Amino acid sequence: MGTYTDNPAALAALVEPHQVHRDIYTSQEVYLQEMKHLFANAWIFVGHESQTPNKGDYFSTQIGNQPVIQVRHSTGDIHVLLNRCPHKGTKIVIDRQGNTGKFFRCPYHAWSFKTDGCLLAIPLKKGYQDTGLEKTQSGNGMKAVGDVRNYRGFIFARLAEEGISFEDYFGESLTSLDNMVDRSPAGRLEVVGPPLRYLHHCNWKMLVENQTDTCHPMVAHESSAGTAVKLYEELGLPEDAPKPAAMEIIAPFMSAYEFFEDMGIRTWPNGHGHTGVSHSIHSDYSEIPGYLEAMTESYGAEKAKAILADNRHNTVYFPNIMIKGPIQQLRVFIPLAADKTIVESYIYRLVDAPDELTARTAMYNRMINAPTSIVGHDDLEMYERAQEGLMVDGLEWVNIQRLIEEDEDFETEAIENGTTERQMRNQFHAWVKFMTIAMDEKEAAE
Amino acid sequence: MTVTRDTLIDFIYDEARMLDEGNYTDWLNLWLPDGHYWMPLDYKQSDPINQTSLMYEDMFMLKLRVERLNGARTFSQKPKSRCHHVLQRPFVDEMEETRFVTTTFMHYVETRLDEQQLLAITARHDLALVDGALRIANKRVDIVNCDAAFRNIQLLP
Ligand code: FES
Ligand SMILES: [Fe+2]
Repeated sequence: MGTYTDNPAALAALVEPHQVHRDIYTSQEVYLQEMKHLFANAWIFVGHESQTPNKGDYFSTQIGNQPVIQVRHSTGDIHVLLNRCPHKGTKIVIDRQGNTGKFFRCPYHAWSFKTDGCLLAIPLKKGYQDTGLEKTQSGNGMKAVGDVRNYRGFIFARLAEEGISFEDYFGESLTSLDNMVDRSPAGRLEVVGPPLRYLHHCNWKMLVENQTDTCHPMVAHESSAGTAVKLYEELGLPEDAPKPAAMEIIAPFMSAYEFFEDMGIRTWPNGHGHTGVSHSIHSDYSEIPGYLEAMTESYGAEKAKAILADNRHNTVYFPNIMIKGPIQQLRVFIPLAADKTIVESYIYRLVDAPDELTARTAMYNRMINAPTSIVGHDDLEMYERAQEGLMVDGLEWVNIQRLIEEDEDFETEAIENGTTERQMRNQFHAWVKFMTIAMDEKEAAE
Repeated sequence: MTVTRDTLIDFIYDEARMLDEGNYTDWLNLWLPDGHYWMPLDYKQSDPINQTSLMYEDMFMLKLRVERLNGARTFSQKPKSRCHHVLQRPFVDEMEETRFVTTTFMHYVETRLDEQQLLAITARHDLALVDGALRIANKRVDIVNCDAAFRNIQLLP
């Protein structure tokens, strides 16, 4: 208990139209409220179906701070179960992925469960005869999340039993996921290898906000992108000579403010939004032989062209993932504590597309988002300096008012100048909504 | 020059010293122009191209990486990191006339401000004798806990 726990008024007061209070980043109490409310009431990304292709395949991950298992059930459907034995709490699976066969078996006392969580067997069961086990939580098998949805291969879950539907939650924002999947001539993605895992000593929301922060690349990344441009010029290569790969990936970070202003930002209800409406830093990648042909064959010339012309930059799916459609990358911002976040950066292969596309995606991932990335280094430095700077008392608000307008309506879609902080405001609007949604209902019922 | 096991072993030790002393001009000169510094992400990874790695860098990227360390606006290097390699005696795995392969187990320490991290690594060097000098054709650095979440690794293990 403290200032914020189950107190919708105190939580809502952390967000003003043009600024947010630093407790939103620094308070462990607020963090625990986020885990309890925001990450329970919102739809959260779990994994990709290709991580569990066969029956009995599982993948262990988390929703907020709740350990969960994504598992392919005997019917072929994917289930999401809490990773906790209903007997005494032991995590059922510890490894990150594997195959459990037809059932899970707890390593402690061998209770076993079907892959949809139902209790299958208990050794020496007569010890529970007439004890009323079936009336307890423990007698009900492994607990499942409130709701699961497989959207074109991407698995999302809502922890809460009741709440907003998947369609209402994501609405039109799903067009970004559609574009990413449609870029496969087969309309299918497959995960490639393990994700990069990168530990930051800062609040998870700083990373999410950074995804649509278009005023930082040319500043924070001058040392990498600017130096790349300089080195390239020193090489004095002829215009038509093939550019070093690094140039194609990193140099666009040095684009001028006007480039980012013109590319536009679109926001959708419930905190989703993306940069790069008309073009983006991914627009000018070189063509890969055979790809357009394969796309044309699958979709027809017109649709193929339309899919490839939509080069959205970063799409944030509130609360904690970002995807890059043009390069099939997905980043999850995993909140471990108020000041501790792991970022996992996944890449996917476009089924039936040339391998060179996967190679470019892998290159982007390691050059920009690895713990060894010269671009990532400066981002981490900024977040952690902010996390420390926010401890200054008497200056307790973080500004988000760039290009703010009076009475902004976040419940309707909007397209604005590409350097607006409207998407950050949109996220905080949704933050208040999903933090307090169940509390408000409880209050109303009382 | 005739390359003996000692020549190879000395070369590996000298390279580590250059990295620890920040002597990057000499270090870059050790490389053949089409060499790659590869740090896999996955345990026993075999494909550097079509899968994510921590690093897979050609000479342009390595130059960029090294040049950046001294930039006026390299914020993550204010203050600078320092590093330190402790090597086991390198194994000479292959010895032909002009091509050599060594494997070296090392402990790599990188530090900045109040943080210090220790990485246990295995470095595989593909070396070549070109114009009378030993050069790095390729280098592969495997981190033992490659699947762990890392903080910044800013210098070169
Ligand atoms: S804790 Fe799982 S069977 Fe006892
Ligand atoms: Fe950045």
